[in-house]
Amino acid sequence: MASAIKVKDSLFGQKQTKMLMDLLVYVVLSIVGVIFIMPFAWMVANSFKDLRGIYKFPPEFVPEVWHFENYTEAWTATHFDIGFLNSALVAAAVVLGQVITASLAGYSFARLRYPGRDKIFLLYISLMMVPFTVLLIPLYIQMRAFGWVSTLQAVILPFLFTPWGTFMMRQFMVTIPRELEDAARIDGCGFFRTYWLIILPLTKPALATLAIFTFVNTWNSYQWPLIVLAKPKVKTLPLLLASFQNQSAMRTPWHLIMAASTFVVVPVLIAFVVGQKYYVRGIVTTGIKGGG
Amino acid sequence: MAANLASTVGNQRPKRSAIAEFKRAFTGLRRGETIAGYLFLAPNFIGFIIFLLFPICFAFFIMLTDWSLAKPPAFVGLENFETMANDRLFWKSLGNSFYYTFVAVPTGIFIAFWLALALNRKMRGIIFFRTIYFLPQITLTVAAATIWRWIYQPEIGMINHMLDWFGIDGPKWIHDTKWAMPSVIIMSNWQGIGFAMLILLAGLQGIPEEYYEAASIDGASGWQRMRYVTLPMLTPALFFVVVTSLIGAFQSFDQFFVLTQGGPAHATTPLTLYIFQNAFTFFKMGYGAALASVVFVIILIITVVQWRLARRWVIGFDNDDE
Repeated sequence: MASAIKVKDSLFGQKQTKMLMDLLVYVVLSIVGVIFIMPFAWMVANSFKDLRGIYKFPPEFVPEVWHFENYTEAWTATHFDIGFLNSALVAAAVVLGQVITASLAGYSFARLRYPGRDKIFLLYISLMMVPFTVLLIPLYIQMRAFGWVSTLQAVILPFLFTPWGTFMMRQFMVTIPRELEDAARIDGCGFFRTYWLIILPLTKPALATLAIFTFVNTWNSYQWPLIVLAKPKVKTLPLLLASFQNQSAMRTPWHLIMAASTFVVVPVLIAFVVGQKYYVRGIVTTGIKGGG
Repeated sequence: MAANLASTVGNQRPKRSAIAEFKRAFTGLRRGETIAGYLFLAPNFIGFIIFLLFPICFAFFIMLTDWSLAKPPAFVGLENFETMANDRLFWKSLGNSFYYTFVAVPTGIFIAFWLALALNRKMRGIIFFRTIYFLPQITLTVAAATIWRWIYQPEIGMINHMLDWFGIDGPKWIHDTKWAMPSVIIMSNWQGIGFAMLILLAGLQGIPEEYYEAASIDGASGWQRMRYVTLPMLTPALFFVVVTSLIGAFQSFDQFFVLTQGGPAHATTPLTLYIFQNAFTFFKMGYGAALASVVFVIILIITVVQWRLARRWVIGFDNDDE
């Protein structure tokens, strides 16, 4: 009897401790959350101020007067319209290209048997870890030789294939049960039809992961475009955003820069929120992150 | 990973001569499969050769030349490496790369670990917090660095303003040789922590509940469960995060280029930025390629050392071979 009460007591205590701990964790998570979100909030808040409001001291968080015209002004200040088009075109082409080449080669590596297959695959894996820094100079000289400097080919064609994407596809396709394919083959499907009708539909999650990763990486890519895209007509958004802040006026137009940053960041944020599930899975299974 | 690969790749059949096998593959029943195999691989393999294999081989040639692109390359042997040995700025940028990598990565993983632990509790709204912590990771570094450049402004910036509330006179951040690197590190960790956090969280979620139950029955305290269950079980995920973060950090470029442009007084010029300046500002292609080879070698060393060390601290590391 007494021990039963004791157990009940301690259970009650445990529950309370858990609630207290939860509360504590919530508080900590929220504080950290505010730190993480603050730069974004600061960016958006200031994109609505005027220049005077920006340099005001002490700074105020909510603008006194909301200047929505900052966005149209920033949009027309440099060629952001062309930049958006370029970025969208490059991202779409690279995503489509990688999905096609990686899934085709992944199927080839995973399922078809031919001499040299495993050796080629090993070569792919061993070159996967070569840092992009090493490729910058030789690739640039190649682009010059091809006459591709300051053309969109230079930021599209070298990225239409991906060793790690191919690797991911292969690893995924290996896990698909062979029986499904055998059935299709017996029904008279050729290799391409098997790939198209059986393998591809089953590979959708991995394809989605590859697509969203590639989109975010291509949209954010800075170093390589900085090197090969010199003419304003072909510049992508990150380049324009970076050069926008260096066109020094008397006082840096931070309000316009913040407006521009906002509309450059928003598409990736949307892509992430929509495809978060696939993105997270990609990171957890392959450990590849953005950049480069 | 490599250990896994060896087993996935290596289902070898009895050895036959390569030529005989090649001939066999193109005759009879397997002919169709062989041709299909090569055709499916072709678009990818062509890209692989032109844009990866060739440039890597080409780089070995470039680093042995003096090449400004205006004139044909002049073969100079190992001269670029001699220059490097006496180049004060090379050593400075190499030091900066190490400073950045070996401060940013451990601090980032430390914070990510605690965040992952907090997110692993069974509570409502975890996905919401996870999304927030991850947002900076997908934000383009150029935009993030732009925002932070402004946050770091000594007079009108947010940080110094907030420090002012507590009566602290903030430093000049990115304009101060001492504070510039910590500024870049803080910004990079703000941006990059989401990555480490996600992998560690997945690792935590993979620890079977029974282990904790068993530990509790044996009378383990909260701290003991952490020390003898959580930490050991998390080592594979930690290993993974450490290796990928070190490699990534050593190649960082964007944040330096936009946030500090390597300054002040080269205080934040990492090797990657120094390579960029040599190759694309001064058009010293040969010297740039020689510098890039150092990045490659260091990344290789970091990886190999980590794999070696892993046997000592990562649980179940050797079992991967089976």
